[in-house]
Order: sequence, then structure tokens, then C-alpha cells
Amino acid sequence: MKLTLKIWRQKNAQDKGHFETYEVDAHEDMSFLEMLDVLNERLIRQKKDPIAFDHDCREGICGACSMVINGKPHGPLPGTTTCQLHMRHFKDGDTIWVEPFRAAAFPVIKDLMVDRSAFERIMQAGGYISVNTGSAPEANSIPVPKPIADKAFDAAACIGCGACVAACPNGAAMLFVAAKISHLGLLPHGQPERYIRARKMVERMYLEGFGNCTNIGACEAECPKEISLEHIARMNRWFAKASLIEEG
Amino acid sequence: MKIEWIEGRTLDGKVPPGPLHQKWQYFKDHQKLVAPNNKRKLEIIVVGTGLAGGSAAAALGELGYQVKCFTFHDSPRRAHSIAAQGGINAAKNYQNDGDTIYRLFYDTIKGGDYRSREANVYRLAEISLQIIDHCVAIGVPFAREYGGYLANRSFGGVQVQRTFYAKGQTGQQLLLGVYQSLNRQIARGTVTMYNRHELVDIVIIDGQARGIIVRNLLTGQLERHGAHAVVLATGGYGNIYYLSTNAMGSNVSAAWKAVRRGALMANPCFVQIHPTCIPESGEYQSKLTLMSESLRNDGRVWVPKKMDDVLAIRNKQKNPRDIPPEDRDYFLERMYPAFGNLVPRDVAARAIKKVCDEGRGVNATSRAVFLDFEDAIIRYGKSEASLRGITNPDPNTIRKLGKEVIKAKYGNLFQMYEKITGVNPYEQPMTIYPAVHYTMGGLWVDYELQTNIPGLFALGECNFSDHGANRLGASALMQGLADGFFIIPYTISHYLADKIRIPKTDTNHPAFDEAEQRARQRFEKLLSVQGDQPVEYFHRQLGKIMWNYAGISRTAESLLQAAENIRALREEFWKNVFIPGKIDELNPELDKANRVADFLELGELIAIDAYHRNESCGGHFREEYQTPDGEPLRNDDQYAYVAAWEWTDTSNPPILHKEPLVFENVKPSTRSYK
Repeated sequence: MKLTLKIWRQKNAQDKGHFETYEVDAHEDMSFLEMLDVLNERLIRQKKDPIAFDHDCREGICGACSMVINGKPHGPLPGTTTCQLHMRHFKDGDTIWVEPFRAAAFPVIKDLMVDRSAFERIMQAGGYISVNTGSAPEANSIPVPKPIADKAFDAAACIGCGACVAACPNGAAMLFVAAKISHLGLLPHGQPERYIRARKMVERMYLEGFGNCTNIGACEAECPKEISLEHIARMNRWFAKASLIEEG
Repeated sequence: MKIEWIEGRTLDGKVPPGPLHQKWQYFKDHQKLVAPNNKRKLEIIVVGTGLAGGSAAAALGELGYQVKCFTFHDSPRRAHSIAAQGGINAAKNYQNDGDTIYRLFYDTIKGGDYRSREANVYRLAEISLQIIDHCVAIGVPFAREYGGYLANRSFGGVQVQRTFYAKGQTGQQLLLGVYQSLNRQIARGTVTMYNRHELVDIVIIDGQARGIIVRNLLTGQLERHGAHAVVLATGGYGNIYYLSTNAMGSNVSAAWKAVRRGALMANPCFVQIHPTCIPESGEYQSKLTLMSESLRNDGRVWVPKKMDDVLAIRNKQKNPRDIPPEDRDYFLERMYPAFGNLVPRDVAARAIKKVCDEGRGVNATSRAVFLDFEDAIIRYGKSEASLRGITNPDPNTIRKLGKEVIKAKYGNLFQMYEKITGVNPYEQPMTIYPAVHYTMGGLWVDYELQTNIPGLFALGECNFSDHGANRLGASALMQGLADGFFIIPYTISHYLADKIRIPKTDTNHPAFDEAEQRARQRFEKLLSVQGDQPVEYFHRQLGKIMWNYAGISRTAESLLQAAENIRALREEFWKNVFIPGKIDELNPELDKANRVADFLELGELIAIDAYHRNESCGGHFREEYQTPDGEPLRNDDQYAYVAAWEWTDTSNPPILHKEPLVFENVKPSTRSYK
């Protein structure tokens, strides 16, 4: 299949950036990234600068890939990362627009690579359970109701890619932050720090320059792991409670 | 063309005295400790943030050491442990099915075809219990039964259910648990995290590992970091085969720099080929995707008995569903009735290759067999109908209910399969074929996980220690966490106890100048070639050589060929590689070239190791050494040792050091799964 690619090229964070056009010949069983590999190999053979993009596991779990394809983070398919998107979902003759995740808190490094270190700092603010190695009780000593464990798992399935931020018109990171707060706060082991964790992570999120939530729901729609908005509601509840507890 | 090596010395694994089940206790009772006030003065470098590195950095930070942790990813959470699917073993015996620490130890030793160190494996089995306790405490949402207690399933090579899991994303959930623990230490200031930094050399002062040189991947700048000890947890080298289930960035370079500085590479020819991966679809293929071993709990592996059916399926004239049961060859069940579809990975991979070599492969390339869930869907459907009180359910209801059960167990794997192949595995059997997945070989370490270079430790897949010639499913996660959370905190203290008077490493020491210079010259040399072929070309060629001549089965002749072809390719690489860009900037092609250049040396060593080992064991199958019915034939008289290779340059033959394997508790026997 013959495709026209309009790819965002940007030398570094200071560069203004622009779209460049490439014609490629793709096979329908290729993944989107394999199609870019073929293009990059061609560019290298022509002694040109290959397109920079983050990628690693190529099976939808590491969360490294971070591109917007035809206006949607990770492309047109629901519940799919870019690396899992295969060319059979495009048609011969299609023009495809490829851009980096765009958000105030995710500066572009080069081309399609962005700096997501703000996520790291949010996680460091409280995205953990404070337990030292060696002090855990026997694993089955605290039963966890299956529905609770399943719900925690659903939230924990977040791969930290940042598609939610890229999808949100406000550049908010609510779904990402809520997923961690929900995952840990639902489990009995994480409950002692449930409220303080919510407060610290949310405060850090605002410090990092992420926008506010206005209930648009684009984050949930574009999340490759289909994480539910319900977690944001839970986070808001716990965040509110955290301030009450502190004030009281 | 010939393969040569020099005989070296006998190595001491430093196994503690006493009966097997008391060795670890003995070590802990007698090891040297470092007091809290001194821990604060000691610096430790940890390279890698997967299960082993991440847990080590977190646990050492908790103890109060000053830890510097490095990853080439943009976040510790992206380490390739994240992609492990099926589960983690522990001898909890929650199923009351006869599991014990000894049995997990025994299964692992036998599964590894008697090529691992007894004391290490026993310790691993002991620690498995604590790992589950700790992982639950740090928030890993393992699968649970309705009563709220932890669920288990079964993996290959065992007859008990001891595998803990979180759907098909166990590695992800464990790594996130580790990442969280690591973040807590970063917040406390005990761990300083360096993302997008890659190790490019190791600094040795007075014979001890005292620091590393890293490349800041965003700027290309080389940086110096000193410490009292260096811990490598940088994973395996399966990516040398180009197509593997490893992530694109997985590489051997950190371990290989250690080898270049004198560390020993043990059993590099022990490579695990995983039987169930999604087959290759074309030349552009960049990697292969695993379909978890857990699927063999319920999936049945088969090919048609008749060639007519094989051809009809390949030509799409027949649907696999049309082949009646009597015309199907469920060959794993036929060949290995005791373990059936759940034989260990090496055994299943060879059987699949065998039926495909017979011409019975079911896709266009004839390199695929079926993994079929139809029977399981019906079985679960009937049971579910009965649970719900539906009497005489019709076939559609049964299938619908059965699919729901399968979805709950393996949903994400089925979804992944469909995304990649475009085929719905609830309706059609999966097609699968073996692919490189894991490397049992790695840096030689003693019982304390220390390499032969004092102060340089290796954890997880990066070392060779626990899996012998074949790793059992769900044991890699167990080993990574055992090494990082529960072993290194003890053994490193034993090492550092003598170092409390040594001041912080001076990074202006001439050894740092020399190492940095060496690293810089290497990058300059790579960039100066300015040839015609991209790095990818050489990697792909290397992968083909490795797969064809040093893959699922090998012969002395094929290995000679491998070594010869690799030497030629290495020469061509240094004459004709083209790398765009500059040294002092973000340059992923340069990073990749550096990694592939190391693979081009390791590949030759793999061939040499496989050539020297005149026996078949585990994942190392030499065609010359097999039983009349095609099973591997070990040679315990001559090869019951760890082959630890010294390879400090490419112009001299490597030196073969040996650690004899002493079996005091299990008697090596023919590994039978029949």
C-alpha cells in the first residue's frame, strides 16, 4: 500500500518545527512503528537525519511510544498503543499525519520524542506504599475482596504513556494521577496513606503545569488501556477528604 | 577455520558450608554488617531498573546507602520486566497440592537440566515465599479468588499450581510495585535517579569496581560516577538474535563492558527459545511477541496428521475447525503424556520445530503450529453453565460462557494476538512458533552475586546463576526480585563492611580519565567509519547467523560456520557501517551501533561456548548428542561445570575457566517429561 506521511520534524525544544512529507510503501501486516523503521532506514541510506521517536517493547505495555496519528494519541483504534497499531487499518493512498504528544508539561525533545519527566515527579510525590523490604506480613493474612482487587488492577494497568494528557484540551493529567491514587488507595495495604497520597500527588500535578479537568472525557476515550473516568471521581473525593482531615 | 580457546583456572562459587537448607541462614548468621551511620557514607551504583535493579536500588536506599541508579529509558518503569506476562512462582502451597520449598528447588534444578548451582537455587526457592508477601504489601494487585485469597495457576515443567499472576500482565504489575518502592526512595533522597543515561564503561581502581562512565543520551555528554560498589542489573542478551521477544532497546553492552574489563561470561550458549510466539510475518519484522506460557494451561498444541490437510490449510481451502479430532496430532500430548502441553519450554520448542521440519507447519512459511482453545472453551462453558444452574445448555450458550471464562483469564493476551495478526483467537486457533526469549547465560557470579571483579555485582537475567541450561516459566520474575530485594542487601553489606574507611571515589582518578577516553574513542571510531550500511542491516544479518547456526539446534559444523560468519560480519561492520549525526547530541543510531558492535563480539563467544560443550542440555541442543528418540543427551562426566569465559579482546583466543557443579542433594538423571 502506498501512503503519504506528514511527519512533525523538530530539531530540539527551541526549534519551531514543521511537517515534512514522505511517501512510503507499506505492507498491511506491518506495525505503524515498523513502517517508520522502513522509512528511517531509507533516510539513513540517503544520509539524512532519521525521525526520532520513543519506543521499546512494541507490545503495548512499556508506554514509551508517544505519537499522535491523524489527530489522535496512538491513532484511530480504541484501546491500542501506536506500536500495536497495524497498517491494515489504513487504506492504500491514505495521507497520515504524525505528531508528538502535545502538552505544556511535555516539552518536545526532538521530532516525535517528548519529555515526560513531570510524570516521574508526580509519582515520587506519593505514588507508593511506605513499607520497607522485610516487614510485610504473610500474603494471605489480609484477604482482599475480588471486586476490589480487580478494580485496583484495572487502575494499575496504566502504562504511563501520557495519551490522556495529549488527548485533553486542557493538557490535564487527571486520569494518570487518578489511576495511581485509585490503585493504591483501594487496596487495604495502601489505605493508611490514601488521603495524604491524593493530596501530595495532586499538588505536584498542578506544580508541573498540567491543566484542570473539565469533564470532557477525551482521556478515557484515548487511553490505550481504557482506564475509567470513575477513578478521577474517586481521586477528587479523596483529595477533598484530605483537606478536611488536615483542617479538622 | 577453527575455534580455539585456552584452558583457565577452577572457580570457587563460595557456597556456604552446612546442609542445603541451612546455607543461606548460615551466610546471614555469619556475614559482616555495616552500621547505619556508615551506610550513609557508602555509595552504590545500580545500573538497570527492571525487577532486579529497581528492587535492589529501592532496598539499598531503604537501608540508608547512597544509591545512584541508571537507566537508558526515559523512566524506570519502562524496563523490559514490564512485558513479562504469565506469572511468578512461589512455594506457598496455598493449593494444598504437595508443594514445598524443596520441590520448587528440585523442579528448577531438573528444569535447568542439572547445570545450575544447587545452593543458589535452594535459596531462590526459600526466598520465593517472602517475595509474594512483600509484593502484596507494596500494592501488587495479584489475581484473587472470590474469598479474597490469592489465586494460582500452573506453568511448564511442574505438577503443582504455584504461579501467582495478575492477568497476563504480571511483569507489569510487579515492575510497577518495584517502581513505586524506588520512587519512595528517590523522594527520600536515598536514591538519585539518572534516566536516559547508558553505561559505556566500568572503572576499576586497584582491582575493584569503583565507578562507571555513562552517556547522557539526550546530550551525548559522557559523565563520571564513582561509588564503593557497582551493581549491574541490565538484563539478558536475547536481542543478539535480532528477532526475539526482547524489547528493541534490550542489549548486552553493560555486561559486555564488564567482560572487556575482565569479568567472566558464563554459559553464553544457554539461550531460551520460547515455544509460543506469534510467527514472523515479513522481512520488515522488528521483533516477535510472546504468547504467555500460561496459555498452555488451556490451549492444546496440534498440527494435522495428514499432509493433504496441512496443504489445504496453508492454501486456505480448509479451516482448521474442519479437521476432525482423529485427524489432528496433539503432538505434545502424544510425545509427553505425563506433562502434555505443559512440558518445559526447550522441550516444547524442539517438538514444534520437529513437526515443522517434517513439513507439517500450518502457515504459508510452514513455520507455525496451532494453539487451540476450543476444548477449553467448551469445558469451561459447561462448568460455568452448571454453576449458574442452567440445565441442558445449548452449544451457543456453552461457547458464550466458555469464552467469558477464557477472556477473564487471558483477555489481554487474546486481544494482543488479534491486534497483531488480525485473527480472532476465540474463533480460530492461534498459530505460534518458537522465538528467542531469555538468556540463562550471563555474567559469572559467586553465591554472593559478585563477579570475579571485587565490588562488581550482577543481578537478575544479567547473571547466569539460577536457571542452568533452561529456565522454567514464571521463574525469571522470582529471580529478579529475590536478587534485588532479598539477596544483594545482605551480600553487598558483607563486601562493604571492609570499605567503611575508604573515602568517596575521586572521579579525577587516572582510571576515570582512561575509561572516559576509551569510551569517547569508541564513539568517535563508530562515527568515523561513514560507510554505506545502516546499523540495522548488521543487526539483522547477525540475527540470521545466530538463528540459523546457533539456534534451536546446533552442530559442531554449524557453530564453526557461525563463528566464521560473525567474524566476517564484524569486520564488515567496522569498515562499512554508516551512522548519521554527531557524538555530542541525541543520536539513537549511535547508541544502537554501540550495542550491535558488542553483540558482534558476544555472538562469536556464544558459538565458541556452544561448540566446546559436546553435549545436549536444556536449551543447548547439539544434534550429535541425542537419544534414539531425539531427546537431549547430557554428558555429566565431562560437562557438569559452568563454563566462564574470559574475553578481554578479539585478537586472542578466550580463556575457559570452570566452576565444577557439585550435586550433593539431587542426583542428576535423565530429564524425562514422558
